[in-house]
Amino acid sequence: MRHIISILIENESGALSRVAGLFSARGYNIESLTVAPTDDVTLSRMTLVTRGSDDVIEQIVKQLNKLIDVVKLTDLADVVHVERELMLIKVRTEPSSRAEIKRMADIFRGKVIDVTSNSYMVEMTGSSDKLDAFVAAISTHHIIEIVRTGATGLPRGSGSLIL
Amino acid sequence: MSVELSGGQIVVRCLKDEGVELLFGYPGGAVLHLYDAIFQQDDVQHILVRHEQAATHAADAYARATGKPGVVLVTSGPGATNAVTGIATAYMDSIPLVVISGQVPSAVIGSDAFQEVDMVGITRPCVKHNFLVNNVADIAETMKKAFHVATTGRPGPVVVDIPKDITDPKIKVPYVYPESVNMRSYEPPREGDQRQVQKAVDLLLSAKRPMIYSGGGVVLGEASEELRTFSRQLGYPVTSTLMGLGAFPATDSQFIGMLGMHGTYESNMGMHESDVIIAIGSRFDDRVTGKLADFCPYAKIIHIDIDPASIAKTVKVDVPIVGEVGIVLKQLMAEINVNGSRIDTEALAAWWDQIKEWQSVNCLEYDRESELIKPQYAVEQLYKVTAGNAFITSDVGQHQMYAAQFYPFDEPRRWINSGGLGTMGFGLPAAIGVKLAHPDADVACITGEASIQMCIQELSTAQQYQTPVKIINLNNRYMGMVRQWQEFSYQGRYSHSYLEALPDFVKLAEAYGHVGMRIEKPEDVTPALEEAFAMKDRTVFLDIITDQKENVYPMIEAGKGHHDMRLRVASGTPIDRELA
Repeated sequence: MRHIISILIENESGALSRVAGLFSARGYNIESLTVAPTDDVTLSRMTLVTRGSDDVIEQIVKQLNKLIDVVKLTDLADVVHVERELMLIKVRTEPSSRAEIKRMADIFRGKVIDVTSNSYMVEMTGSSDKLDAFVAAISTHHIIEIVRTGATGLPRGSGSLIL
Repeated sequence: MSVELSGGQIVVRCLKDEGVELLFGYPGGAVLHLYDAIFQQDDVQHILVRHEQAATHAADAYARATGKPGVVLVTSGPGATNAVTGIATAYMDSIPLVVISGQVPSAVIGSDAFQEVDMVGITRPCVKHNFLVNNVADIAETMKKAFHVATTGRPGPVVVDIPKDITDPKIKVPYVYPESVNMRSYEPPREGDQRQVQKAVDLLLSAKRPMIYSGGGVVLGEASEELRTFSRQLGYPVTSTLMGLGAFPATDSQFIGMLGMHGTYESNMGMHESDVIIAIGSRFDDRVTGKLADFCPYAKIIHIDIDPASIAKTVKVDVPIVGEVGIVLKQLMAEINVNGSRIDTEALAAWWDQIKEWQSVNCLEYDRESELIKPQYAVEQLYKVTAGNAFITSDVGQHQMYAAQFYPFDEPRRWINSGGLGTMGFGLPAAIGVKLAHPDADVACITGEASIQMCIQELSTAQQYQTPVKIINLNNRYMGMVRQWQEFSYQGRYSHSYLEALPDFVKLAEAYGHVGMRIEKPEDVTPALEEAFAMKDRTVFLDIITDQKENVYPMIEAGKGHHDMRLRVASGTPIDRELA
C-alpha cells in the first residue's frame, strides 16, 4: 500500500543522506522524496512516498524514528489529509494541436507558463493521481520532458505535525 | 571562569571531563594537533595500537568489560577506514564507543585531498550517529552529545569527524564542558507501558511451558540482578543468546544453556515447544531463530527491548514492551506480586521433567578418550584452571562456539566476543582492552590460528603496555567453521579453508617478547595452562594443536528450525531425527 510519511528533521547537512541511506541499506523503496526548510529554520520537512506491507511500513517508521536527526514523523496515509504535487510538463505543439492542449490544461486546472512557436510548458498541481491522469490524457501528443516534485501534504483540520 | 583552549586541547579536555581514562589510537597527519595536545597532559592515557582496527576492538572490549564508553582516536583516510570494521563490530553488538577521526582541513574537503575520505558518509550505516565538526566553538557540545548518544538508550558507536584546521593550536576559544545535553530529537525510553506490563504478567502466569529468553541487552542494560531475581521468582527455565551469556549464572540449575544455531538441544527444543516466551533484551537474530516460519510455533511472545525497531522486526510478538530492561523487569516483578493469578506449579513441574529429558541427551558430549586434543577439552580445562573467573575474549569461528558452550559464565561482562558482525581479529586487541580495564583479572583470548593472524600485530601492543593476557590458540590448521560448513553442505570440498604456511607461533610469540608454548597431547593441556596462568606478568601464547576434524554440535543448519537440530552422531547412529 502507498504511504506518505511526513518527517520533521533537523536542518543539518547530511540529514537527507541519513534518510536516503536508511532506505537503500534496508531495501525499502522510495517512490518520491521532497524536502525543504520550514518556517523554523532549524527544521526541514520531508515528505516521502513509499510502498510496502504493513510490517514493512511499521519498520520504516521505527527506523526513521531511530535516526537521531529525525524529530517527529507521521504517516499521512493514516489520517485524512491533503496531498499535492507540482508538475511542469513541456509538450511539442503543432498548429493543429495547440488549442486542444491548451483546453486540456484548462480542464485539469493547469496553466501554460511558457510558449514557443512549437511548444507549451504547462504547470500543474494536484494529487499524484491527477497528474498521472493529465499525462495520460495528452499522451497522444509529443511530450518533450516532465519534471515532478513528488507528493507533499498536510493533515486536514487541526491535526498537525509540529513540535 | 572559562579557559581559552585550542580545538585540539578542547577535545582532550572533553575526554578528561567525561571521565575517560584510556584512549586507543594511532596518529597521523590530520590528528597531529590532537596528538600534540595529548602529549601535553597526563589525564588521559593513550594506548598506541599497531592497526586502527585494533584500536576500535580494544576500546570496544574495554567498554564491554566495564560498561563505560570506549574511546578511539584515528587519523583521516586510511586511519579512518581501518577503524570501520571495529565500528561496525560495535554497532552490531550495541557497544558504546566514541570514535574521533581526523579529517583533512575544511578548505580542502571534497577535493580528493591526501588521506581524505568521507568518514561521515562511510560510517553512516554502521554508527548510531555521527558528527562532522565545522567550528572550534562546537567541539565541546558535540563531544558531550557524542558521549550522551553513545551511552544512552540502545548504546552504539558515535563518530566525531574533526577537520585538521578545527584543532589548530593557534585558534583558541573559551572552553566550557556542557553539564547536560538537550536533544529534542533524541529521548530514549525508560519505563515500560504499565498496561503492557499487566498483559505480560497475565500471560506469564498463564504459561504451562514458559521460557525466559535473555539477550545482550540485559548485560548492556546492567540488569543482571533484575533478571536473576525475576527468573528465580518465577522458576522458569532460562536460556540466553551468545551475547547475553553471564547475565544469568550459567552454573545455576535454572539455566539450560545457550540457544540458537549452536545452542543446546534442551534450549532449542524448549523454545520450540514453549507456549509463552519472554524475550528480554534480545533481538531474534537469525542465528537464534533459525528458519522463521518454524520459530516457536506454539508460543505467545513477550518482548522487552529499549529499541522499538527491534520489536516485530523479524518475529511478530504478542506483548511488546519498550523500555529499559532493568526498569521493566522491576515493573514485571511488582505486577506479579499484585496479580491475582499464580504460577501453575503442576504444569511447570511437568515442563521441567520434559526439559530434563532433553538434557539427558547430553548434546555437548564429545569424545573424551581421544588421543588428539579436543578443543572442547582445552576450554573445559581453561575453565578449571581459571576457576571460571577469567574474562574471556574470543575471535570468530568454532573456537568461539566452544568457548560459549564450555566456559560457563556466572557473571555478566566476562564474555567478550563479536556476536553480531562476527569479526575475525577481534579477540587479541579485545583481550588487551579488557586487561587494561581489569589489570588484576585473568584475561584469556580463545582464538584459532586463522583468526589470530588477522590482528596478530597487537602482540606488539601487548608488549609495550605489559598487558599479560593468555592466548589460547586452538590450532586445527583449518578455518574450522568454514571447514565444518564445507563438510556438511559442500560434500567436503574444503575450498581454501586449510591454512598452509602457518608461522611457528611459539617463535612468533618469542619474537614479540612473549612466552610461547606448543601443546600437542591432551595430558599436557592442564599443566601448560597452569604454568601460563602462574606467569602473572607475562603474555603467554599457547599454541594448542587440536583435532582437525572436530565439529561444533549441536547445529541448526541454515534454513532449519529449532526442532531440526543436527546432533553429534553417537556410535554411528544419527540420533537427531528420532528425537526431533
